[in-house]
Amino acid sequence: MKRTVPLIIAGTVGFVLIVSYFIPYTESWGEDAMTWFNILAAIAFVLGAGNLVKMHLKKISDQQAGWGYSAITLAAFFFTLIVGMLKIGVTPSEKYPTNAWAGPYDQAGSAFRWVYDYLFLPLSATMFAMLAFYIASAAFRAFRAKNVEAIALLTTAFIVLLGRTYAGVWLTDWIPEESIGLEADALRLDNVTGTIMNTFNLAGMRAITIGIALGVASTSLKVLLGVDRSYLGSTDD
Amino acid sequence: MRFHHAALILALILGWNAMAHSQDAPRPPSDVIAVDQPNDVGNTVDVSWSLSPDDRADVSPRLVTRYDVYRRAVGEEEFVKVGDQPPGASTLADSNAVRDTEYLYQVVAVGPDEAESAPAAAAATVVPRMEYFRRDRAWFAVIVFCICSTVVAFIVIARSGRELYIRKIPGLEAVDEAVGRATEMGRDCLFVPGIMDINDIQTVAGINVLSRVSQLTAEFGARLEVPTARSLVMTAARETVEASYYAAGRPDAYNEDDIYYISDEQFGYVAGAMGAMVRERPAACFYMGVFYAESLLLAETGNSIGAIQVAGTAMPAQLPFFVAACDYTLIGEEFFAASAYLSGEASQLGSLRGQDVGKLLVAFLLLVGCSAATIAGLTDSDSAETALTFIKDHVLGDKGFLP
Repeated sequence: MKRTVPLIIAGTVGFVLIVSYFIPYTESWGEDAMTWFNILAAIAFVLGAGNLVKMHLKKISDQQAGWGYSAITLAAFFFTLIVGMLKIGVTPSEKYPTNAWAGPYDQAGSAFRWVYDYLFLPLSATMFAMLAFYIASAAFRAFRAKNVEAIALLTTAFIVLLGRTYAGVWLTDWIPEESIGLEADALRLDNVTGTIMNTFNLAGMRAITIGIALGVASTSLKVLLGVDRSYLGSTDD
Repeated sequence: MRFHHAALILALILGWNAMAHSQDAPRPPSDVIAVDQPNDVGNTVDVSWSLSPDDRADVSPRLVTRYDVYRRAVGEEEFVKVGDQPPGASTLADSNAVRDTEYLYQVVAVGPDEAESAPAAAAATVVPRMEYFRRDRAWFAVIVFCICSTVVAFIVIARSGRELYIRKIPGLEAVDEAVGRATEMGRDCLFVPGIMDINDIQTVAGINVLSRVSQLTAEFGARLEVPTARSLVMTAARETVEASYYAAGRPDAYNEDDIYYISDEQFGYVAGAMGAMVRERPAACFYMGVFYAESLLLAETGNSIGAIQVAGTAMPAQLPFFVAACDYTLIGEEFFAASAYLSGEASQLGSLRGQDVGKLLVAFLLLVGCSAATIAGLTDSDSAETALTFIKDHVLGDKGFLP
């Protein structure tokens, strides 16, 4: 029963979504199904918040490795929650001037907006900026010329990287547009880069995309038919 | 004489007013056409018109500030406004029409000070009708039906006991090796199920792989840690792992606190997962699901702590990062094949063979399309051009099943 009911729900909703894609009359059914999912996800968010608090309180009480980070996490969580829910610093809206809580929680000048603009955004940007260093270290390993394939990869990457910079244009702009009746400018680094990306790379990416589409169809069908029940915990009913 | 003067002044005033009115009100639009929107439930009418001659972008201030679209049902007296469009726009979809009702539409150009032009009415009435099937998706439906039928057929064949050959996928063979290595080293395994919710099929595929990984950790006695970015994924992952531990006969070893929620926020989640990796130093890291910019952050951190890493995703833009930073990567379809491959069940393996037939179908279509395009390009063959147009407009486009 624990697995049969979810299977029936998953199968029914899945087939409704498929049918709603092809039959106009049922389009709203698909939208209703997605609304139900959003309601479930919103309720589950409370579950996630409860788990977050429980986990970090436990880490602090057990003084596990890095418990200080847990303390900071909890302080940040409760601070943001309180300033957001109490709408601290929010001015009443023009429509309801007598109601102090009528303004939006993320209004410019509010405490929540301050947390978002001056703590959250810089921290996210910092994490994103770290990618530059990680790309460099990953590229260093990936482009080591160990064998023929790696050398081909290295050469291609070198051309593409160079062709996408001004140096690539500058180095090869002396090549004439036409020479001995041929379009010689195809040999310019920026044009070679375009050919690599739009012909060879695109063909490979399309092959991968076609495989993904077939995999999605197959996996969805297995889930809807109940052939694959791993996500429910077991293959046995 | 006085009478003549008064009449002249009155005529001048009336003439000035008329002139002023004609300057404010723009000239009307023309060629108003209202047609039933195809492939809908019968509630939308597409209205189009030719712009008013006064609707010019090079005149400032603009003589037309918007177009108001009106409609009335046949039998009713008054027109009702159904929408407006900015200057330069010449179409509007009225999505509040009532099915099977006959309507007449008209469009008015509005100038500064709300001066309205004379209305331009559509030449014919329109009746919005409901279609029972989306003809623009007919070929897509046929292809989906063919592929799904093939998958189901091979599942049935596999269940009948027929042996199916499935090629080895090194990334999936490595799952056992990675968990075994973590057990020998006495360190943890880390499983990251992506950053999207359970309604994404990649997350479901990732959870399916988690089922196998948790079964192995239960059998080997290794600890498995699963940080999640969504509450529903946490719940699903807990159910999956708990069932695997029960199936392996090790319910005592299951600890639900090892599967926990960090944050819905992309980089907040990554920071939490990276912190866990650096502190716990897992020996095996699995990344299976939907990933964006965080893919390389996670994989490089895993690499820096010397973990054996297996990744699987269907996000084409993230695959190069995983290939560069991980030991094994399941590329696209391999990721979706993982659950079937790892389970070894005949019915699931049959679905893989169904996928292969789907690939054959796609390859056939590619071959036909490329051949038609090549022949049409090299020769003046009308039949090749017709075939190419049919493939582009009907099979891949939205012009219906047949011309």
